[in-house]
Amino acid sequence: MRMDAIFKALADPSRRKLLDELHKENGQTLSELCEHLEMTRQAVTKHLVLLEKANLIAVVWRGREKLHYLNPMPMHEIYERWIGKYERHRLQALSDLKRGLEQKKTKKAKTK
Amino acid sequence: MKKDQFVYVTYIRTTPEKLWKALIEPEFTRKFWVNTTQESEWKPGASWKIKAPGDMITDSGEVLEIEPPRRLVLKWRNEFRPELKAEGYSRLTYELEKEGKSVKLTVIHEMEKEGSKFIQAVSNGWPHILASLKSLLETGESLEETREWPREACK
Repeated sequence: MRMDAIFKALADPSRRKLLDELHKENGQTLSELCEHLEMTRQAVTKHLVLLEKANLIAVVWRGREKLHYLNPMPMHEIYERWIGKYERHRLQALSDLKRGLEQKKTKKAKTK
Repeated sequence: MKKDQFVYVTYIRTTPEKLWKALIEPEFTRKFWVNTTQESEWKPGASWKIKAPGDMITDSGEVLEIEPPRRLVLKWRNEFRPELKAEGYSRLTYELEKEGKSVKLTVIHEMEKEGSKFIQAVSNGWPHILASLKSLLETGESLEETREWPREACK
Protein backbone atom coordinates (compact mmCIF):
# COMPACT_ATOMS: atom_id res chain seq x y z
CA MET A 1 0.00 0.00 0.00
CA ARG A 2 1.09 3.53 -0.78
CA MET A 3 0.82 4.78 2.83
CA ASP A 4 3.06 1.92 4.02
CA ALA A 5 5.78 3.00 1.61
CA ILE A 6 5.52 6.58 2.85
CA PHE A 7 5.77 5.69 6.55
CA LYS A 8 8.58 3.20 5.90
CA ALA A 9 10.52 5.80 3.97
CA LEU A 10 10.03 8.29 6.80
CA ALA A 11 11.12 5.80 9.46
CA ASP A 12 14.82 6.38 8.80
CA PRO A 13 16.77 9.38 10.19
CA SER A 14 19.06 9.66 7.15
CA ARG A 15 16.09 9.83 4.82
CA ARG A 16 14.42 12.46 6.99
CA LYS A 17 17.70 14.40 6.90
CA LEU A 18 17.64 14.21 3.10
CA LEU A 19 14.10 15.62 3.08
CA ASP A 20 15.22 18.41 5.44
CA GLU A 21 18.09 19.24 3.09
CA LEU A 22 15.65 19.50 0.19
CA HIS A 23 13.34 21.63 2.28
CA LYS A 24 16.25 24.04 2.81
CA GLU A 25 17.11 24.02 -0.86
CA ASN A 26 14.83 22.34 -3.35
CA GLY A 27 16.06 20.86 -6.61
CA GLN A 28 19.50 19.53 -5.64
CA THR A 29 21.67 17.06 -7.52
CA LEU A 30 23.05 13.89 -5.92
CA SER A 31 26.49 15.53 -5.53
CA GLU A 32 25.01 18.58 -3.82
CA LEU A 33 23.05 16.38 -1.43
CA CYS A 34 26.17 14.32 -0.61
CA GLU A 35 28.02 17.48 0.49
CA HIS A 36 25.78 17.91 3.54
CA LEU A 37 25.68 14.30 4.63
CA GLU A 38 28.20 11.98 6.18
CA MET A 39 27.28 9.08 3.97
CA THR A 40 28.73 7.43 0.95
CA ARG A 41 27.36 8.34 -2.45
CA GLN A 42 25.96 4.82 -2.78
CA ALA A 43 24.09 5.09 0.53
CA VAL A 44 22.59 8.43 -0.48
CA THR A 45 21.54 6.97 -3.84
CA LYS A 46 19.85 4.06 -2.08
CA HIS A 47 17.91 6.37 0.22
CA LEU A 48 16.89 8.60 -2.68
CA VAL A 49 15.48 5.60 -4.59
CA LEU A 50 13.31 4.69 -1.58
CA LEU A 51 12.12 8.26 -1.17
CA GLU A 52 11.28 8.44 -4.86
CA LYS A 53 9.36 5.15 -4.70
CA ALA A 54 7.33 6.53 -1.82
CA ASN A 55 6.69 9.61 -3.99
CA LEU A 56 8.18 11.81 -1.26
CA ILE A 57 10.61 13.25 -3.76
CA ALA A 58 10.17 13.97 -7.44
CA VAL A 59 12.95 13.84 -9.99
CA VAL A 60 13.26 16.28 -12.87
CA TRP A 61 15.95 16.06 -15.53
CA ARG A 62 17.63 19.29 -16.59
CA GLY A 63 19.93 18.37 -19.46
CA ARG A 64 22.17 15.69 -18.00
CA GLU A 65 21.53 16.71 -14.42
CA LYS A 66 19.07 14.87 -12.25
CA LEU A 67 17.43 17.28 -9.82
CA HIS A 68 15.62 16.13 -6.68
CA TYR A 69 12.55 17.98 -5.46
CA LEU A 70 10.58 17.60 -2.29
CA ASN A 71 7.11 16.42 -3.30
CA PRO A 72 4.57 17.80 -0.83
CA MET A 73 1.67 15.61 -2.05
CA PRO A 74 2.18 12.53 0.22
CA MET A 75 2.70 14.78 3.25
CA HIS A 76 -0.55 16.47 2.35
CA GLU A 77 -2.28 13.10 2.14
CA ILE A 78 -0.93 12.20 5.58
CA TYR A 79 -2.21 15.50 6.85
CA GLU A 80 -5.66 14.91 5.36
CA ARG A 81 -5.78 11.33 6.63
CA TRP A 82 -4.17 11.58 10.07
CA ILE A 83 -4.16 15.15 11.24
CA GLY A 84 -6.94 17.06 9.52
CA LYS A 85 -9.60 14.56 10.47
CA TYR A 86 -8.74 14.32 14.17
CA GLU A 87 -7.16 17.61 14.99
CA ARG A 88 -8.84 20.22 12.85
CA HIS A 89 -11.37 21.30 15.46
CA ARG A 90 -8.89 21.33 18.29
CA LEU A 91 -6.32 23.25 16.23
CA GLN A 92 -9.04 25.67 15.19
CA ALA A 93 -9.95 26.21 18.86
CA LEU A 94 -6.30 26.90 19.68
CA SER A 95 -5.84 29.36 16.86
CA ASP A 96 -9.11 31.12 17.79
CA LEU A 97 -7.86 31.38 21.37
CA LYS A 98 -4.54 32.80 20.17
CA ARG A 99 -6.28 35.34 17.95
CA GLY A 100 -8.67 36.32 20.74
CA LEU A 101 -5.85 36.88 23.21
CA GLU A 102 -3.74 38.80 20.74
CA GLN A 103 -6.64 41.05 19.82
CA LYS A 104 -7.24 41.80 23.49
CA LYS A 105 -3.59 42.67 23.86
CA THR A 106 -3.56 45.10 20.93
CA LYS A 107 -6.80 46.68 22.15
CA LYS A 108 -5.24 47.20 25.60
CA ALA A 109 -2.09 48.61 24.06
CA LYS A 110 -4.17 51.05 22.04
CA THR A 111 -6.22 52.31 24.99
CA LYS A 112 -3.06 52.95 27.03
CA MET B 1 20.36 31.71 -13.47
CA LYS B 2 18.86 30.41 -10.25
CA LYS B 3 15.14 29.98 -10.25
CA ASP B 4 12.33 29.13 -7.90
CA GLN B 5 10.57 25.95 -8.72
CA PHE B 6 8.04 23.62 -7.17
CA VAL B 7 7.32 20.11 -8.34
CA TYR B 8 4.25 18.10 -7.39
CA VAL B 9 3.70 14.49 -8.33
CA THR B 10 0.47 12.70 -7.63
CA TYR B 11 -0.94 9.40 -8.87
CA ILE B 12 -4.62 9.44 -9.75
CA ARG B 13 -6.77 6.41 -10.55
CA THR B 14 -8.22 7.65 -13.84
CA THR B 15 -7.34 7.92 -17.54
CA PRO B 16 -5.19 10.65 -19.13
CA GLU B 17 -8.25 11.78 -21.16
CA LYS B 18 -10.44 12.26 -18.08
CA LEU B 19 -7.66 14.00 -16.17
CA TRP B 20 -7.01 16.35 -19.09
CA LYS B 21 -10.68 17.34 -19.16
CA ALA B 22 -10.74 17.83 -15.40
CA LEU B 23 -7.76 20.20 -15.57
CA ILE B 24 -9.31 22.60 -18.07
CA GLU B 25 -13.09 22.21 -18.31
CA PRO B 26 -15.31 24.51 -16.22
CA GLU B 27 -17.70 21.84 -14.92
CA PHE B 28 -14.70 20.12 -13.31
CA THR B 29 -12.49 23.04 -12.27
CA ARG B 30 -15.41 24.70 -10.44
CA LYS B 31 -15.60 21.69 -8.14
CA PHE B 32 -11.97 21.32 -7.05
CA TRP B 33 -10.35 24.66 -7.94
CA VAL B 34 -12.19 27.01 -5.58
CA ASN B 35 -15.11 27.62 -7.94
CA THR B 36 -12.95 29.08 -10.74
CA THR B 37 -13.07 28.49 -14.48
CA GLN B 38 -10.42 28.80 -17.18
CA GLU B 39 -10.86 30.43 -20.54
CA SER B 40 -8.73 29.75 -23.57
CA GLU B 41 -8.94 28.48 -27.13
CA TRP B 42 -6.41 25.89 -26.00
CA LYS B 43 -3.93 26.17 -28.84
CA PRO B 44 -0.33 27.44 -28.88
CA GLY B 45 -0.21 31.22 -28.56
CA ALA B 46 -3.82 31.50 -27.35
CA SER B 47 -4.52 33.69 -24.34
CA TRP B 48 -5.46 31.98 -21.12
CA LYS B 49 -7.13 33.17 -17.95
CA ILE B 50 -8.62 32.02 -14.67
CA LYS B 51 -11.92 33.57 -13.61
CA ALA B 52 -13.22 33.61 -10.06
CA PRO B 53 -16.92 34.07 -9.24
CA GLY B 54 -18.12 37.54 -10.23
CA ASP B 55 -15.97 37.44 -13.39
CA MET B 56 -12.86 38.59 -11.55
CA ILE B 57 -9.75 37.59 -13.49
CA THR B 58 -7.32 36.18 -10.96
CA ASP B 59 -4.56 34.94 -13.26
CA SER B 60 -3.76 35.27 -16.94
CA GLY B 61 -1.19 34.32 -19.53
CA GLU B 62 -0.79 32.26 -22.66
CA VAL B 63 -0.72 28.67 -23.87
CA LEU B 64 2.91 27.90 -24.72
CA GLU B 65 2.69 24.20 -25.55
CA ILE B 66 -0.30 21.92 -25.79
CA GLU B 67 -0.37 18.22 -26.56
CA PRO B 68 -3.60 16.62 -25.28
CA PRO B 69 -3.78 14.49 -23.17
CA ARG B 70 -0.09 14.51 -22.32
CA ARG B 71 1.43 17.94 -21.87
CA LEU B 72 0.33 21.51 -21.31
CA VAL B 73 2.64 24.47 -20.68
CA LEU B 74 1.25 27.87 -19.66
CA LYS B 75 2.70 31.33 -19.18
CA TRP B 76 1.05 32.44 -15.96
CA ARG B 77 0.83 35.69 -14.03
CA ASN B 78 -1.21 36.61 -10.98
CA GLU B 79 -3.62 39.49 -11.67
CA PHE B 80 -5.22 40.35 -8.35
CA ARG B 81 -2.38 40.82 -5.92
CA PRO B 82 -0.17 43.74 -7.04
CA GLU B 83 2.96 42.46 -5.28
CA LEU B 84 2.63 39.11 -7.09
CA LYS B 85 1.67 40.62 -10.44
CA ALA B 86 4.82 42.77 -10.23
CA GLU B 87 6.97 39.62 -10.38
CA GLY B 88 5.79 38.96 -13.93
CA TYR B 89 5.23 35.65 -15.66
CA SER B 90 5.84 32.20 -14.27
CA ARG B 91 5.75 28.94 -16.19
CA LEU B 92 3.43 26.07 -15.41
CA THR B 93 3.86 22.59 -16.84
CA TYR B 94 1.43 19.69 -16.54
CA GLU B 95 2.64 16.27 -17.59
CA LEU B 96 0.31 13.29 -17.68
CA GLU B 97 1.71 9.77 -17.97
CA LYS B 98 -0.27 6.58 -17.85
CA GLU B 99 1.15 4.14 -15.29
CA GLY B 100 -0.85 0.94 -15.01
CA LYS B 101 -4.34 1.81 -13.88
CA SER B 102 -3.31 5.28 -12.79
CA VAL B 103 -2.05 8.49 -14.29
CA LYS B 104 1.09 10.11 -12.93
CA LEU B 105 0.44 13.83 -12.89
CA THR B 106 3.50 16.06 -12.59
CA VAL B 107 2.92 19.76 -12.01
CA ILE B 108 5.93 22.08 -12.23
CA HIS B 109 5.52 25.74 -11.37
CA GLU B 110 8.61 27.87 -11.88
CA MET B 111 9.80 31.45 -12.00
CA GLU B 112 13.11 32.78 -13.32
CA LYS B 113 13.80 34.53 -10.05
CA GLU B 114 14.99 33.58 -6.59
CA GLY B 115 12.80 34.16 -3.55
CA SER B 116 9.61 34.55 -5.61
CA LYS B 117 6.61 35.51 -3.50
CA PHE B 118 4.32 34.21 -6.23
CA ILE B 119 5.87 30.72 -6.18
CA GLN B 120 5.66 30.79 -2.38
CA ALA B 121 1.98 31.75 -2.55
CA VAL B 122 0.99 29.07 -5.07
CA SER B 123 2.99 26.44 -3.18
CA ASN B 124 0.43 26.71 -0.40
CA GLY B 125 -2.46 26.26 -2.80
CA TRP B 126 -1.31 23.50 -5.14
CA PRO B 127 -1.24 20.54 -2.70
CA HIS B 128 -4.81 21.33 -1.71
CA ILE B 129 -6.10 21.78 -5.25
CA LEU B 130 -4.35 18.63 -6.48
CA ALA B 131 -5.53 16.53 -3.51
CA SER B 132 -9.06 17.69 -4.26
CA LEU B 133 -8.69 16.91 -7.98
CA LYS B 134 -7.53 13.38 -7.06
CA SER B 135 -10.45 12.97 -4.70
CA LEU B 136 -12.94 14.22 -7.31
CA LEU B 137 -11.73 11.82 -10.00
CA GLU B 138 -11.44 8.81 -7.71
CA THR B 139 -14.53 9.21 -5.56
CA GLY B 140 -16.73 11.68 -7.46
CA GLU B 141 -16.39 14.20 -4.65
CA SER B 142 -13.89 17.00 -4.25
CA LEU B 143 -12.61 18.19 -0.86
CA GLU B 144 -15.09 20.51 0.78
CA GLU B 145 -12.67 23.36 1.50
CA THR B 146 -11.75 23.68 -2.21
CA ARG B 147 -15.28 24.19 -3.53
CA GLU B 148 -15.66 27.90 -2.84
CA TRP B 149 -13.52 30.89 -3.64
CA PRO B 150 -11.96 32.00 -0.31
CA ARG B 151 -13.50 35.35 0.56
CA GLU B 152 -10.41 36.83 2.24
CA ALA B 153 -8.40 36.34 -0.97
CA CYS B 154 -10.59 38.79 -2.92
CA LYS B 155 -9.44 41.85 -1.07
